[in-house]
Amino acid sequence: MTAAAAPLLSIDGLRVEFDTRHGSVAGVRNAGVTMRRGEILGLVGETGSGKTLMCRSVMRLIPRPGRITAGRVEFEGRDVLAMTSSELRSFRAHDVGMIYQDPFSSLNPVFRIGNQLIETLRVNLGLGKAEAHTRALELLKDVGIPDPERRSLSYPHEFSGGMRQRVMIALATASQPRLLLADEPTTALDVTTQAQILDLLTRLSRERQMAVLLVSHDFGVIAQVCDRVAVMYGGYIAETAPVAAVYRGAEHPYTRGLLESIPRIEAAGHATRLPTIRGVPPDPNESLAGCVYKPRCPYALDSCDQVSMALEPVSPDHTTACPVRPFHGAGASQTPHAGAQV
Amino acid sequence: MSTIDVLAEPSGPTPAVEVRRRGRIVRDLPLEAKIGAAMLVVLFLAGLLAPLIAPYGQNQLDLANIFSGPSGSHLFGTDGTGRDVFSRTLYALRLDLAIVLAVTYPPLMVGVLVGAVAGYFGGIVDAVLARIVDTMIAFPFMILVIAVIAIVGPGVKGVLIGVPIVAWALYARLARSEMLVLREQQFMLATTALGYSKRRAILRHALPNLLRSSLIYSTLDMVVNLLLLASLAYLGLGAQPPNAELGSIISDGQSTLLSAWWVATLPGLVVVLFGIGAGLLGDGLSDGQLRGRLQ
Repeated sequence: MTAAAAPLLSIDGLRVEFDTRHGSVAGVRNAGVTMRRGEILGLVGETGSGKTLMCRSVMRLIPRPGRITAGRVEFEGRDVLAMTSSELRSFRAHDVGMIYQDPFSSLNPVFRIGNQLIETLRVNLGLGKAEAHTRALELLKDVGIPDPERRSLSYPHEFSGGMRQRVMIALATASQPRLLLADEPTTALDVTTQAQILDLLTRLSRERQMAVLLVSHDFGVIAQVCDRVAVMYGGYIAETAPVAAVYRGAEHPYTRGLLESIPRIEAAGHATRLPTIRGVPPDPNESLAGCVYKPRCPYALDSCDQVSMALEPVSPDHTTACPVRPFHGAGASQTPHAGAQV
Repeated sequence: MSTIDVLAEPSGPTPAVEVRRRGRIVRDLPLEAKIGAAMLVVLFLAGLLAPLIAPYGQNQLDLANIFSGPSGSHLFGTDGTGRDVFSRTLYALRLDLAIVLAVTYPPLMVGVLVGAVAGYFGGIVDAVLARIVDTMIAFPFMILVIAVIAIVGPGVKGVLIGVPIVAWALYARLARSEMLVLREQQFMLATTALGYSKRRAILRHALPNLLRSSLIYSTLDMVVNLLLLASLAYLGLGAQPPNAELGSIISDGQSTLLSAWWVATLPGLVVVLFGIGAGLLGDGLSDGQLRGRLQ
């Protein structure tokens, strides 16, 4: 298992800035994460915490005028940020796949479903026409499209959101990538469909040894499918841990706050106030000294102004950016459930 | 951007299984588009088949029968030298429609391509191309064509050179603005994420989506170009006698409008029919597009 110990993906010290008229704004300030082969990592955080940018940085798909100004992104030991454009194209075509939040605009409306798949197979894998056709039908079947023979002739508008997301997954995984970037893939879907898509992702990940970076703001989704979770706040990673460990005992006050602000079904009928995190997320225009969470943190100390937001290990697979650790050894926060949104 | 049934067909991006849908595309068109299309088909066929269906040669004189009114033997009557106006109209239609197609569709392709590139890349590429487009559009169209004619001499050559120089610019502007919307669509992002080349992303994935509105606009553009052609011929700057153009026939008949109304009026009616047909088609297609979007 020595080979498996080398990370599949490692992001380190990533900084993404947007040049605006009023100077540059950092969407991701200093964030790092590592992923192992075949693992499902959840990246959770509120709107604007930088999780989507983080996810897109892996493929160097930062929307203009954003750019990566510092840090390293390494995939299987290769420096993604140093790739030439042809290396980058091959990397995108073979090694990583990506699916998006909105299944309604992720397929080209003028092409039949089957042809979009066939094109990818032919262009990226160099398959012949007949071979690509057979493979496309297999892929559609594999992602749960019934009657692929007939459905492959349909246009995207004839499909439901969930079906489109399945096709998108087939498209993104057609070239057997080792990593799938899933940017809130179930946000636009209803709960039943959401569960089906998550099951599909989990199954594909297991069957094909494909790692999945699942971006979500829904702790329930993360709990359902992920092996590990990375919590993002204000452009930094606040905590990374195995999912179970987070629920057993989150170390960062922000993670704790998130978990506590999830409504609990057991509390239904009791007139208890739902705990919330006071204040608002940090303004990306301001650069704060010390811990970004300090203004909202109920456990903040004066020394928090000197915190570097660097991750420190709590246990071998659990790191936190909070050196104060007010809960160390304090035990479990509550167990979350599906629908628990940040 | 949901359906494209209406105009996806001409670009024919999916040859393997296209056949099955073709009937439906036509059937789904609004009635007015069908009527318009039928009128255009009749006119184009009449032009195309002119040598076969024209009862007389376009310059065949019949001095015994000058200025005879419309009748069974001369459907549109005859002119001052006894030439059959119907036959001349057919030949004129043939020439004019060929020119109209030649000065409408090649510039459409160029314009859509330029607009797609400008919109896709944005930044400096867009800024430069957009300024060129602005310059072209700002140029007085008719004056430019007449200036070209002044250089190359009267005849259809002036139109064939002068119109395309300017005509692509409007399509470029149209396609550029559509591309700006399109490139934010996730399926365009997906072309990058799937590792497709920029060329493939633009030509194969963006272009079919951009062509729709340009093709709809082109039905109006054809009418504008036909009218321009007729105006130039009317001014004597078009095809030179004895070759007939719709404008020159109308111009010839004008002097006898009161005594032999048919010489100018009936070919004029053909121009009007073309305008109505193209208008109905364009209208119907954009309605169809709207309907598709609402689905």
